[in-house]
Amino acid sequence: MTQAPAILIEGLRKRYGEGEAAVDALKEVNMRIEPGEVVGLIGPSGSGKSTLLKCLGAVIEPSAGRMHLGGQTIYDQGWLIRDLRALRRDRIGFVFQAPYLIPFLDVTDNVALLPMLAGAPNAQARARARELLAALDVGHRAQARIAQLSGGEQQRVAIARALANQPPVILADEPTAPLDSERALTVVRLLNRMAEQYRTAIIVVTHDEKIIPTFKRIYHIRDGRTYEEAGEGRAF
Amino acid sequence: MINLAGRDILDGWGKFVFTGLGLGLLIGVTLSMAGIYRGMVEDAKVLIDNGGADLWVVQQDTLGPYAEPSSVRDDLYRSLLGIPGVAAAGNVTYLTMQIAHAGTERRVMLVGFELGQPGGPPRLIAGRPITRDHYEALADIKAGFALGERVQIRRHQYTIVGLTRRTVSSNGDPMVFVPLKDAQELQFLKDNEALRNERARTAANPVYNRPNVPGLLSQVQAGQASSHFVNAVLLRLAPWADAGAVAEEVRRWKYLQAYTRSDMEEILVAKLIATSAKQILMFLVILAVVSAAIVAFIIYTMTLNKIREIAVLKLIGARNRTIAAMIMQQALGLGLIGFIVGKTAATFWAPIFPKYVLLLPEDALRGLLIVLAICAVASTIAIRAALRVDPATAIGG
Repeated sequence: MTQAPAILIEGLRKRYGEGEAAVDALKEVNMRIEPGEVVGLIGPSGSGKSTLLKCLGAVIEPSAGRMHLGGQTIYDQGWLIRDLRALRRDRIGFVFQAPYLIPFLDVTDNVALLPMLAGAPNAQARARARELLAALDVGHRAQARIAQLSGGEQQRVAIARALANQPPVILADEPTAPLDSERALTVVRLLNRMAEQYRTAIIVVTHDEKIIPTFKRIYHIRDGRTYEEAGEGRAF
Repeated sequence: MINLAGRDILDGWGKFVFTGLGLGLLIGVTLSMAGIYRGMVEDAKVLIDNGGADLWVVQQDTLGPYAEPSSVRDDLYRSLLGIPGVAAAGNVTYLTMQIAHAGTERRVMLVGFELGQPGGPPRLIAGRPITRDHYEALADIKAGFALGERVQIRRHQYTIVGLTRRTVSSNGDPMVFVPLKDAQELQFLKDNEALRNERARTAANPVYNRPNVPGLLSQVQAGQASSHFVNAVLLRLAPWADAGAVAEEVRRWKYLQAYTRSDMEEILVAKLIATSAKQILMFLVILAVVSAAIVAFIIYTMTLNKIREIAVLKLIGARNRTIAAMIMQQALGLGLIGFIVGKTAATFWAPIFPKYVLLLPEDALRGLLIVLAICAVASTIAIRAALRVDPATAIGG
């Protein structure tokens, strides 16, 4: 029996506006990503990367097509899930260009916040947070304030937060942009390790030439259409 | 679940406390305004209580002796004592005046009373009661006079023989008590030059200066040099007497006005200080509006500074009520800090006010609830702004 893909997108479209002012940001997007796979999403500015990420992240509604998450159809000409907030909280992880951690919470609580929002008891949520922080080599900064962390450490905490509810999918929007080569590669290595360890599919939107060769599979997006190609899958 | 508001406050507690401090001083002013009103009411009540009277008998058709001028004969008390239920009657005069003291002027209410009768001070905190018929005085401690000090009041010097506390007029002016005869002279008698002038005018009037009526002129002139009027007669009733019935008796048969304690409280609180109370109420309303505007502005600014975090919270699945609760709790926290600062400040600066400021615990509780309500309402603007934040803004592009 074959396992369902973590993400399956078929003929996804997104149109902004109506009539003559309408803009087709996504014209034909097709993607299939397996659990534990890390793929790159590459494209020039205005190609539709962010729109695709927002559709996948259930923050904007596509205009047509179908999206499946972990074998469940979540969009088919309309949302099939009533509580999109819960969908984002429980089944999609987000990593941003800037970490966007909550500055008034310490490292542990930044990560534990997600399980807590999902209703997990505080102690259980914090234990999960400590486990993830240790896996990402920032366990020693668990009690630190966000402002006390380096950029790389903050990004690791952001990755831990994205993994906190064990989502089948993580959307990473240029996660290495503010980092130097060494730190950027470290982050990609961590993403790959986490994907493998937790069987999470990760889509990494990037322009970063340093990390593009590390992907085994890459989706190019141009004029709202996706094209798949095999990556180099170079070792770190 | 983590208390997001509490963590945010702890993270930036310095900023939060200083903001609360500023708001607190404003709340302190608001509480003080309420305290000033309460003080005015309390001053009116102690004025009623201090005299030890159950009935105030004053000139007909007047609201005397505190709210309007009143003048009655000083022998009226004899007939009043004949009314069943009247246990004691005391003549009193009230005169608000300036007294020069230690290079400055003090505004006081001069009270003339009969020793041992209603109208005198309830108790002394230092010194002794007045024992002589003339030139001794008792003073409220707020007047600033010392025991044994000699104070010039118009033509005569008075020795301060005793001190009282919380004996003030309805305006909050401290009282100085002197024997009735002295007070009548101070209030009703003219100065020497005026008397001389009056005598000459009377002597020149053939109606009073008749050759065939010896003694008429001297009698008329004697009348001009003495006073037999007082402002009111204070009655103390027997325990069994009905104040309303006695007052009705006085009104019906003596052609005078008589007020019970509740009547007098109505006159002093509802009529005499009504305008001041409205003035204070206006200030309270304005201060409440200003406080609300300040809280709304502070919370709104604090929320705008967290727009990115709020977008992230919404993106990762925080419910609207979680975000709204965070903002409202911060507003309430700010209000609580402001109230504590305000209450403390008002308590410390109340004694410095020249007039009595009475801070009642129930007013403080009411104030706390109003502050919290204002903060809750003020936070709605920030909550609306936060709830309008699109979680998509957390994602670039």
